[in-house]
Amino acid sequence: MSDAAESGGLTLGSGGPGIDEEYPLQAEGLRKAFGGITAVEDASFRVERGSVTGLIGPNGAGKSTTFNLITGMLDPDAGTVTFDGEDITGLEPHAIANRGLVRTFQIARELQDMTVLENMMLAPKGQRGESLWRSVTPGVRREVIDQESELLERVWEVLEFFDIDHLAEEYAGNLSGGQRKLLELSRALLTDPDVLLLDEPFAGVNPSLEKRLLEHIHELREQGYTFLLVEHDMDLIMENCGRVIVLHQGQILTEGAPAEIQANEEVIEAYLGGNV
Amino acid sequence: MGIAETYTRGRQAAVARPGSIILGLVVAVLLFDLGVGLATGDNSFSGVGSLMWDGLMRGLVIGLAGIGLSMTYSILNFANFAHGDYITAGAFSGWATTYVVAGLGRADIGALFLVGASGSVFGGTLGIGVTGTPLAVVAGALVAGGFTVALAVVIDRTVFKPIRDESGITLLITSIGVAFALRYIMQFVFSSSVRGTTAQPPSVSLYFVDGVVRINAHDIALVVVAGGLMLGVHLLLQLTTLGKAMRAMADNEDLAQITGIPTERVVRAVWIIGGGLTGVAGYMFVLWKGTLGFNDGWLLLLLIFAAVILGGIGSVYGAIVGGLAIGLTASMSVIWIPSAFSRAAAFFVMIVILLVKPEGIFSGRSTA
Amino acid sequence: MRDDVVARIPGGDTGAIVAVLLVIYAAYVLAGVGLGFSLRGQLNTVATLTFFIGVFAMLSLALNLHWGYTGLFNIGIVGFMAVGIYVMALVSKPLYEAGGASQVGGLGLPIVVGMLAGMAAAALLGLVVALPALRLRADYLAIVTIAMSEIVRFSFLSGDFQQFQLFGERVGFGGGSGLILDYTDPIEAFFSVVGLWDAYLGVVDAFGVLIPTNPKPIVDGLVYGALLLGFVAAYFWLLKRTGESPFGRVLKAIREDEDVANSLGKNTNRFKIKAFMLGCALMGLAGVLWFMRSGAVTPNTFRPRITFFIWIALIIGGAGSNTGSVLGGAVFAALLYQGPRTLKNLIDAVLPSTNAPSGFGPAVAPLFSTLDPAPLLFYTLDSVRQLQLVFMGLVLIWLMHNRPEGMLGHRKETAAGIPLTAQRAQKRQAADGGGGDDE
Ligand SMILES: Nc1ncnc2c1ncn2[C@@H]1O[C@H](COP(=O)(O)OP(=O)(O)OP(=O)(O)O)[C@@H](O)[C@H]1O
Ligand SMILES: [Mg+2]
Repeated sequence: MSDAAESGGLTLGSGGPGIDEEYPLQAEGLRKAFGGITAVEDASFRVERGSVTGLIGPNGAGKSTTFNLITGMLDPDAGTVTFDGEDITGLEPHAIANRGLVRTFQIARELQDMTVLENMMLAPKGQRGESLWRSVTPGVRREVIDQESELLERVWEVLEFFDIDHLAEEYAGNLSGGQRKLLELSRALLTDPDVLLLDEPFAGVNPSLEKRLLEHIHELREQGYTFLLVEHDMDLIMENCGRVIVLHQGQILTEGAPAEIQANEEVIEAYLGGNV
Repeated sequence: MGIAETYTRGRQAAVARPGSIILGLVVAVLLFDLGVGLATGDNSFSGVGSLMWDGLMRGLVIGLAGIGLSMTYSILNFANFAHGDYITAGAFSGWATTYVVAGLGRADIGALFLVGASGSVFGGTLGIGVTGTPLAVVAGALVAGGFTVALAVVIDRTVFKPIRDESGITLLITSIGVAFALRYIMQFVFSSSVRGTTAQPPSVSLYFVDGVVRINAHDIALVVVAGGLMLGVHLLLQLTTLGKAMRAMADNEDLAQITGIPTERVVRAVWIIGGGLTGVAGYMFVLWKGTLGFNDGWLLLLLIFAAVILGGIGSVYGAIVGGLAIGLTASMSVIWIPSAFSRAAAFFVMIVILLVKPEGIFSGRSTA
Repeated sequence: MRDDVVARIPGGDTGAIVAVLLVIYAAYVLAGVGLGFSLRGQLNTVATLTFFIGVFAMLSLALNLHWGYTGLFNIGIVGFMAVGIYVMALVSKPLYEAGGASQVGGLGLPIVVGMLAGMAAAALLGLVVALPALRLRADYLAIVTIAMSEIVRFSFLSGDFQQFQLFGERVGFGGGSGLILDYTDPIEAFFSVVGLWDAYLGVVDAFGVLIPTNPKPIVDGLVYGALLLGFVAAYFWLLKRTGESPFGRVLKAIREDEDVANSLGKNTNRFKIKAFMLGCALMGLAGVLWFMRSGAVTPNTFRPRITFFIWIALIIGGAGSNTGSVLGGAVFAALLYQGPRTLKNLIDAVLPSTNAPSGFGPAVAPLFSTLDPAPLLFYTLDSVRQLQLVFMGLVLIWLMHNRPEGMLGHRKETAAGIPLTAQRAQKRQAADGGGGDDE
């Protein structure tokens, strides 16, 4: 009952099955408090299939927390997350990732003592060798090995695309900040996600590569991939996102096309207020 | 949607709390069983009372020794597995002193120094006790505290300080090395024999419903010393700037450093306070139980961990309350289970707490 | 740097292991010569040494799966070992006979069944610990596992399990007085199963040429040692395959950052439970192999110090590397475990034989009164079993300060079923001129 009021306020239509097709990811009334701080409050939004949607807001607005709530890293105090028409609230992160909803972390969390190649090889889904007995049993292991070779080829392609193939044998812990971001992004792509949640993916990445990455993101978008992008660079957001959701102090301030957002008094206020 | 949400919440609560629910049920069943036992006369009130008193005494020792462990755990961020052997070291240093003071001229000085290793001299023969040789006992307790402070500070300087910035696990493993080195040095010097240390202390029999609960002078000494020291720690934490700094550091070391709290000084203070309490706890433990062996502290250590985790790591009051709870559990469990499992019962309580409420009953850090 | 040392040894990892073993054996044989050992004595030394190298290598391999690969801080190893041997004894001891040497019987099943049961029981205990505890922080898991191992010891100590009925048979764990392992000697059982027992006895007789009197214990010891090395090889093979696979890759990822593995779609709890149970089963088997020929077991053998030994072995070798684990086990067994005892024997042989003082007091008293250090020296030598624990403690501290990554240095084995870089090299060659813009 309460969501009806929220939906009204957010100008979201009531979700029907037809709309689920169009909006693979929907959040309804998400709430999360840490002790006294309410990091996210009554956040309802949805992300259109095949879009690059921006999620913006001043520092501490609750963007990363929202990502954590969607991907199961945190359990919401209230609210639901729907993915491809199914309620995924409270599922384990791996279950959510396996459905095709994958995230990257704001502070790159590379697996330090593993090489870049190992990091990448970890990601693909449905690896037969992830079953212990297959990996050790003579004969059956052949299948595992064959699959490993296929994966490795894909991994090299992705590494080359992201221009980090020269780092393939480096321990991930030795990479620079920007390189780690690339590693995260490419690793996430290797899981074959439908929807990717990217938490500030371009921080520390050099401008020419950033441009290439954005081109690639648009390419993928055209193929039907969906992106939810947290980013502080306003110009980047305005140029690349079809829609923008604005979070402020845990609440959705507004949502709309970039041009509308840029003109929105409240948004300007929020950003200015945040800076004081 | 509303129903679905309620369902989700309910499911999550059921997933999150089955432990607490089961725990509650188990406690209820045990209490019911105890009640039935008391009503039918299978358990006597005085018997249960005696166990409870025993548990309280044990709990005071665990709580007192636990304060130091809890402080180092929260401020230095590692579980110190050598803590048990600090207890033993305190006990041996203190009891060597007590033997020498009480027995000087009456027995071979070497035998006294070695706390009567392999039966060379007996505490009972020397008449050791708070009433018999009060001076020797006070001297022993003081030396136990002082020696353990010195030991803790020296080990911190030489062993822990050089790797202060490493992970808690590195420090933990290192502390296991310290534990073994200390324990077997003590065995080398003091032998592996478990010796009786005290003469029979005078006691009073308190009438309790259907029998008596005996309380002896060493119980009283333990209550006085442990209670006094716990009160002292409370005042220290509340009233001094050192206490404030310690609380700040337990909350967040980096922040404390930024705000100009001299962290190394606080660390030293923690070892001094914790070491002192631990040494005295070891001494009082031996006074109370009347025997001393090189494994005493190690055997107590897991119970202390249980208490500290139960109370919430970093919480001094939690350590005290947790100590009492664990002491009572270990002593009173014999009502329900064979005595061979009393220690196991205490560990079991700890494991359950870790699963149900890993942050402890006092929820750790901020209470310092 | 150390990496290069290993790289230069022909035969790679296996070569390194063999080289270290050869050096160790040569040192012991030389010591034996110094002690004037007969051939019998020499062979005995070799057998004992091999035995301890075998058990410590197996155990540190198993621990490496827990800690080195998965980051599971298990300091309850000895509990799984105890469960392994006790359950094996329960299953394989002969049925109870009134008036027999043993107070309790077993189920009388073949030894192999007992070994499998021991492994299964250890794995099950692992599951019981893992299900709730794997969510815990590493230091909490440490406390839970060590508490568990003590609970296991108390349970075997308690009178309640001393003797009970199982499938109508009178069985039990013997309580504090211990359990007699009165099944057929495992070596005999093994050779009988493969039908070679008579052939084995023939070999023993042939050995009589070298050792005229009673050669069987010596041959038994050597053969059992060789058998253990075979088990080490099997552990190594199994764990290498486990590690060099997508399964092992996920374990490594869990060690590095469990959240990341989870958010990449890996059900980390499942992986952790599997790895933990496998490691526990291997620890249980190692417990069986360590104690099954010892004639009897008592619960107080299974004190945490054995866990401590295995941790030192692993840290010496370097957590994360299977080769390192084997090397660590061997070096620990030879230098820290057997070494001090051999050294004591060497010194004893040189020094005049005197009775060591009975305690520290009588040992130091002459030092003060007559400045005579000899009694203290003798006492020290006589206490080598305690002092070696002190020494191990100091070694552990030194390692954590100076070489926390172990003797092989920072050396991690690649977690993949195939070499990850070879293909690339081929591709480069194929692409040839195109690869220039890489650098
Ligand atoms: N685990 C946590 N415990 C306590 N407070 C938290 C936790 N995670 C986030 N917060 C608080 O919640 C609020 C929202 O944080 P969040 O990281 O979601 O912001 P953000 O929008 O991602 O900011 P930024 O742009 O700086 O990344 C902040 O006040 C933060 O301090
Ligand atoms: Mg953020």
